[in-house]
Amino acid sequence: MSSAAQPTEGHHILSVLVENRPGVLSRVASLFARRGYNIFSLAVAPSEDERFSRLTIVVDLESTPLEQITKQLFKLIEVVKISELDPRRSVERELVLATVRAAPEDRSQVVELVTIFEGKILAVGTDALTVSLEGHPDKLDDFEELLRGYGIVELQRTGRVALPKLDREARVRAVRGRAS
Amino acid sequence: MKLTGAQALIKALEMEGVEVMFGLPGGCILPAYDPLLDSSIRHILVRHEQGAGHMAEGYAHVTGRPGVAMVTSGPAATNLVTPLCDAYMDSIPMVAITGQVPTTAIGTDAFQECDTVGITRSVTKHNELVMTPDDLPLAIRQAFHIATTGRPGPVLVDVPKDVLQQTMEWHWPSDVAVADSLPGYRPNVKGHPRMVREAARLILASERPVLYVGGGILKARAADALRELAELTEIHVVTTLMARGAFPDDHPLCLGMPGMHGNATAVTALQKADLLIALGARFDDRVTGKVSSFAPEAKVIHVDIDPAEQGKVRRPDVPIVGDCRLVIEEIVKALRAALDAGDERADTSAWRSRISGWREQFPYAYDQAEPGEALKPQFCLETLRDSAPEGTILVSGVGQHQMWSSQYWRFTEPYAWVNSGGLGTMGFSVPAAIGAKVGRPDRTVWAIDGDGCFQMTAQELVTASTERIPIKVAILNNSYLGMVRQWQEMFYDERYSEVYLSPDLPDYVKWAEAMGCVGLRVEEPEEVQPAIDKANAIDDRPVVIDFRVDAGEKVFPMVPAGHSNDDLVLPPSQLRWQESLR
Repeated sequence: MSSAAQPTEGHHILSVLVENRPGVLSRVASLFARRGYNIFSLAVAPSEDERFSRLTIVVDLESTPLEQITKQLFKLIEVVKISELDPRRSVERELVLATVRAAPEDRSQVVELVTIFEGKILAVGTDALTVSLEGHPDKLDDFEELLRGYGIVELQRTGRVALPKLDREARVRAVRGRAS
Repeated sequence: MKLTGAQALIKALEMEGVEVMFGLPGGCILPAYDPLLDSSIRHILVRHEQGAGHMAEGYAHVTGRPGVAMVTSGPAATNLVTPLCDAYMDSIPMVAITGQVPTTAIGTDAFQECDTVGITRSVTKHNELVMTPDDLPLAIRQAFHIATTGRPGPVLVDVPKDVLQQTMEWHWPSDVAVADSLPGYRPNVKGHPRMVREAARLILASERPVLYVGGGILKARAADALRELAELTEIHVVTTLMARGAFPDDHPLCLGMPGMHGNATAVTALQKADLLIALGARFDDRVTGKVSSFAPEAKVIHVDIDPAEQGKVRRPDVPIVGDCRLVIEEIVKALRAALDAGDERADTSAWRSRISGWREQFPYAYDQAEPGEALKPQFCLETLRDSAPEGTILVSGVGQHQMWSSQYWRFTEPYAWVNSGGLGTMGFSVPAAIGAKVGRPDRTVWAIDGDGCFQMTAQELVTASTERIPIKVAILNNSYLGMVRQWQEMFYDERYSEVYLSPDLPDYVKWAEAMGCVGLRVEEPEEVQPAIDKANAIDDRPVVIDFRVDAGEKVFPMVPAGHSNDDLVLPPSQLRWQESLR
């Protein structure tokens, strides 16, 4: 993925709670295809309630206003809740796995880079390393950019997942709740 | 009580109040056809599954109840795709049951297997593959609930053969259980009170208001509420192709159909309005013409039960999500309250007299045939209209004959007009007319068809004859795919490409007779009335009249596709008055 593919101002994050049933992902995907909306990234997994899954969809808004996308999504019977996540008021995370060329003379530099970013080295080969990094998508972009200099053999990102930030009141309430 | 899945399916349909279903059996749905023998449900055996779908639609159009079609897997399910899409586009409540290969065979490319839920996903409001007989009652209840509430639409339930064969303990989910099983489905029916008040304020302030009424009015059964609103405010009403009859054509405030082939007054009133009150209408491209120049000075109040219609094409100033009938009633209340409180109403008299002027100057018009010239299709329609028994239901296919039907008929009550608007499905009329006649056997049902359309689904007349469903079909036979011919004449320099069909091949009279109908042919103007009288007098079998009409006749007025509604092309006899529409 090149840096040109990074989300721009035209991108928005939708957190979509759906019923955990067969075919739901396909419904969402075919809705986007049918209406000509672009998905930038999509991550899906069961939520805290086993009846529901949560989709985090980063949408590209160059062609369609967000309002129309959410309204059309809401027409899917299995879509229970849609929240638009403002990046300033959400926590976002993503995971990247990358196999990077690391000939013996470069290896220490790559290892240093991974250490600085607080990533992990998952596998070591004679002239390559497989590394992982979890963090904010912007941080992953930087990491990817720096790895590119050494030669990326393969790379896979998960697409971002996100939740709304707890505001101060909610954080305090959470703490109090634990104390009592 | 132990039942097989098949017995449970039929029992569930009976519990939902299904009286009639349209279908055709085959391998995977076979088990369901056995308990049907003992059921109270009347099954109408079609000749092609597409016919079953359109019949279900026609039935739903005129009764307001969901139409039901049941067919087998694979090719039967794919044959149902067109009616499903048609019903989806026109918001017709419909429930389709399809057989599927046994659960153990799904995914193996088994005989007559296809991915029915995958294929129909984008043409249904919802669909479901039922994997165990225990789930059948809930799946059927959900299907009827979803098809008939909110914005209505088609729902498909796909049932594998082994699910029909296995046994289950019968149970019937409560309304609460159905609602709980659909946590993401909560249609909003009640309009927002603040928006309702704002709508009333805009209506009172408007000098050039128009009620732009779509098919949603009929779905919401809001014709009476609409009439109260129109008469209270004396605002003129345009009824779109899907809403013909929602407001009576003989009412002084009715302007008729707007859009590409609408009348000049309806088109121009929308263009020049300062307020559009859009009720259950979706700003379809056939109504708006070029969107950027549609009703440029108008504010918009948009009432629709589907939130996604708000702002999809035109951004409303006052969006109101809700059931049209409930919202209109609230708007009427708010208007009465405001008027009682002494609020001023803007003066609309200049606007109303302008509209009257247009109406006088621009009726629908065509040149009568000179002696020796071919029959005019409009003349046939006018004669048919004037001879139609009270309460006649008119059904049409798609093309020129459809536009003439909408233009020249006089619709005086709702649910008496059935056509394919959004999808524009040629071949719709014969099966839809059969469904309509089954739904309203007390009414005369006339299908107006083109020769091109008729050839697509005529075989269902065999169904009509066999089942003694005496519909009447008027083929306006111009030996062409007429609307395409019109476009080639007007926009492709009269280069006619693949549009000629021949008036004699097939021989429509013989074909009708072969299908058990009475077949009549009309070539001369003086034969029109006697043939129609004869057809109206026959009530024991279907009738087909082959009207040989002028192939060169075009539908006017016309807004060329993609053009502004200001570029309306008038019929030749009215061209000299074009300026008064500016």
